[in-house]
Formats: sequence, C-alpha cells, structure tokens
Amino acid sequence: MKFIELKNVNKIYKNGVTALADMSVEIEKGEFVFVIGLTASGKSTFIKMLYREEKPTSGTVTVGGLNVGKIRNGRVYKLRRKIGIVFQDFKLLPKLTVYENVAFALECVGLKEKEIRPKVMNALERVGLKDKVRSFPNELSGGEQQRVCIARAIVNEPKLLICDEPTGNLDPETSKEIMDVIDSINKDLKTTIIMATHDKDIVNRMKKRVLLIDHGVLAGDYAKGRYKAHEGN
Amino acid sequence: MRVIRIIGRSFRDAFKSIGRNFSLSFASIMCTTITLILVAVAIVCAANIENATKLIEDELSIVVYLNKDVTTEKIDNIKSDIASESNVQEYTFKSKDEWKLEMAEYSQTFDTVLNYIGENPLLDSFIIKVYDLEEMHDTAEYIKSIDGVETVKYGEGMVETVVSTFDVVEKVVIVAVVALILVTAFLISNTIKLTIFSRRNEIEIMRLVGASNASIKLPFLIEGFVIGIIGSIIPVCITIYGYVILFTKMGGQLFTNLIILIEPYNFVFLVALVLVVIGALVGMFGSLKAVRKYLKI
Repeated sequence: MKFIELKNVNKIYKNGVTALADMSVEIEKGEFVFVIGLTASGKSTFIKMLYREEKPTSGTVTVGGLNVGKIRNGRVYKLRRKIGIVFQDFKLLPKLTVYENVAFALECVGLKEKEIRPKVMNALERVGLKDKVRSFPNELSGGEQQRVCIARAIVNEPKLLICDEPTGNLDPETSKEIMDVIDSINKDLKTTIIMATHDKDIVNRMKKRVLLIDHGVLAGDYAKGRYKAHEGN
Repeated sequence: MRVIRIIGRSFRDAFKSIGRNFSLSFASIMCTTITLILVAVAIVCAANIENATKLIEDELSIVVYLNKDVTTEKIDNIKSDIASESNVQEYTFKSKDEWKLEMAEYSQTFDTVLNYIGENPLLDSFIIKVYDLEEMHDTAEYIKSIDGVETVKYGEGMVETVVSTFDVVEKVVIVAVVALILVTAFLISNTIKLTIFSRRNEIEIMRLVGASNASIKLPFLIEGFVIGIIGSIIPVCITIYGYVILFTKMGGQLFTNLIILIEPYNFVFLVALVLVVIGALVGMFGSLKAVRKYLKI
C-alpha cells in the first residue's frame, strides 16, 4: 500500500536554485528508507517537503492520502500530528524537563493530563530514558538528547517518522544505539521511517532501501540490501 | 473540553512566560504605562474641552425684540415665522410685562425707575435657541427680515470666534489621542516582538510537533493582554487621583468660570475603564501582530 507518493515533483527556490527536478517516488507503509546524497543535493528539501516545511513548485506530494502541497499554512498542524520528526540538532526546549519536552507534543494537541502521562512514560521507556524524566536537556549527553527527541516524535504514535540526519552530531557508538532505537520502532510499531543521512556505515550495516539524490535528481533507488556506499556516495 | 484545556494551559504558559522573560515583559509594561499616561492626559483634555464647548453653546441664544406697537395678531405671525425656520431648536416668548416683572425682582432701582416712567418702555421679545451655532448668523439675519422685528441680538463676532476656536482645539486633541494610541500599539508590538524573537525556537518546535496556529497564538495573546492590563494600573491611578486633586485645587474650573471642569466622579472611572480597555486591546493586537510573523515558517 502506497503511503508516500511524489509525482513529477519540482522545487525551484525564489533565488532560482533548483533543489528537486522531476522527482517521482513511492514508499510503502511500514518501509524503512534511507535518503542519501551530498550536501546541497536536495535531500533536505525532499525531507522538508514531506512535513510541509516546503511546498513543491509543481507536481504532487501525497503523505497518508493528504496532498501536502495543497495544505494551507493554518492547517499544517493536521499533517504534523500524523508524523513524528527527529532533528539533527534535537530542537528540545531547554527550560523544560525531559518529561515536559515529550509531553509538550501531546499538550499541543490538547490531551488530558491523565492521558498524557502513560503515553510519555511509554515513549521514554522505549528509548531507554525512563530514569531521566526530571532532567533538563543540558544535563544529558548528545545521545540522550536525541533519544528525548525520538520519544517526543513517537509519543503521538505517528504512522510516519521522519529523521533528518539524527546521528549527525553523535559519535559512532552512540549513533549505533540511536539506530537500534529507530529500527525497533520500525519493527515493533510498524512505523514508516524516512531517514536522511550522511553516515555510510549506518546505511551499509542496516541494509534498507536507499534513495540516492544527486543534484536534485533521483539518481538511484536501491532495494533492501542492494546499495553499497562505494557505488557513488 | 479540549478547547478549555488548551485555554487553561495558555493562561498558565502566559503567566510563566511573563515571569521567565521578566526584563522584556517589564520593558513592555513600562512602555504601555508611559504612553497610556499621555493618552489619559489627552482624553481628559478632550473631554473637558468638549464639555466646556457644550456649556458655552447651551448658553448662547438669539434675543429678538419686537416693534413697540406690535399687535397680538402680529406676534402670532412672527411666532409661526420663527417656528418655520429649520435651525430653530426652541423659542420662548417673553412679553414686555414679564421683562418688567423680572427686572423688578432683580433690582429695586429698576422697579422704581420703570414705575416712574409710567408706561412700560420695554419691548416684547423671543428668546431662541438654535441647533447649529455655525448657522446662527444666517438664522439671525432671517429673523431680522421678519416684519415687526425691531432688533436681533446674538453676540455677533464672539460666537463665531468661540465656536471655531473650540472646534479647532477639539479636532487637534482628538488627532492627538488617536496618534498616541497608534504609537502605543506600535511600541508595544515592537517590544513584544523582541520577547517573541527570543522565543522563536519555541514557536518553531510547537509548529513542528503539531500545535495549531490558534493554540500557539493564544498564550502570546493572553500575555499581551496581561501586559496591557498591568501597564494600565499606574495611568489609571494617576487619572483617578490626579484629576480629583486637580478638580479640588482648581475649584472645579479652569482659570475662569467660562471653562467649567467635569465633575470627577464617574468621569474618572470612565476614563480609567477606557485606559484599561486600550491597554488590553493594544497589548493583544501588538503581540498578535508580532507572533504572526513567526507562524509563516
């Protein structure tokens, strides 16, 4: 079943730069897909388009049946509530505790306190941070902060988890731990995962479907385990 | 229920944020306070000028003296002519005998002199109030042309000057009040913009985790509202106490008894209410304007 579909998508920025050119791709429900490419290849634009941070100049982007390009600014939240996003720079609120940061996503949606608590504890347990609920982000290591970010992204039980270079700021050992967490979310919760990354080791080791973007064009679409880093990137 | 929860959380967040960003909140509050004091002064001036104009206008009337030998029939004709003039608001007839009686009551000397003359030397008259003072001159000219009218008096020259002067002053003060309110809105919105700029990450994260625009705006809206209300406390006190003291010290009039000040009670509370409402609205719209910028991410 198609969950994400891009049809002849073009993205030209106001300054004239073409970020994506005639890109068409389909992603099934429950898939784990890496998006790789050099800096400025267009992979960030691709990722941002999925959560409607950017709109396509032409073509259609469909996520879970929603035509993302057609969503008005005031309605974007409806899409965002269906997806979780993990960032390279974590984007945690420094003045809130771990618990509050994760609960924040549910408070925004307007859930009751007693519905929020078990969901937050559940998400924190999944990422292995149950004993750090009262800590503030600056008291945590980079890997732990990224776990909080993942917990916040999955606490709403989204169908899609978008990860924009989640291991970019982490050492290899921590990166591996984070990838294990993300992989377990894909396996246990059947969440579709799209992950942009630079990390060749991770891509080689995980053996997932890989989309290679080069100069805004889809240069390769490798099925599970078919991609080897030395093939171009 | 969900909406109530979001509103409840917004109140909590608004108060938290005023405390956390205290220095910026304080700047916004001070800026509201200062401009609202100016607004208060302008409103008090405008209201008093308006009041004085009205009192003076109410005093102004046209006095029409009729010919000495005018008949009762003629008086009725003149009466209907006056009534037909559109600018005439009300008129009262005062016969020469009524004048005589009134003057006798006013002064013993008059009484003696008038009695000495024997026949009543005074004239029958009409006292006319008009709707529009600016057209008083034309109305007076028309009445003068009616057959049987001896003279018409309305304080020529003075009326026009008084009316036009008050008119200009009133307009100037109204422009000043509006300008001050706009300046307040601009200053508050700029100060709140600074507060929000320091919290743009928070707004960005709220958007990314799926908060609706309305639920992002609400805490800022409430914050602006609270800042506006707090900012209006000092101006309200200054207005209430200041005006009462001024009124008492001046004895209820400004320099001459031509300009009577408005009675303080009710008036000061009304001005205070206006200040609080201006503060709250300007605070709310100021912060709304500022936060909107970051909602287009």
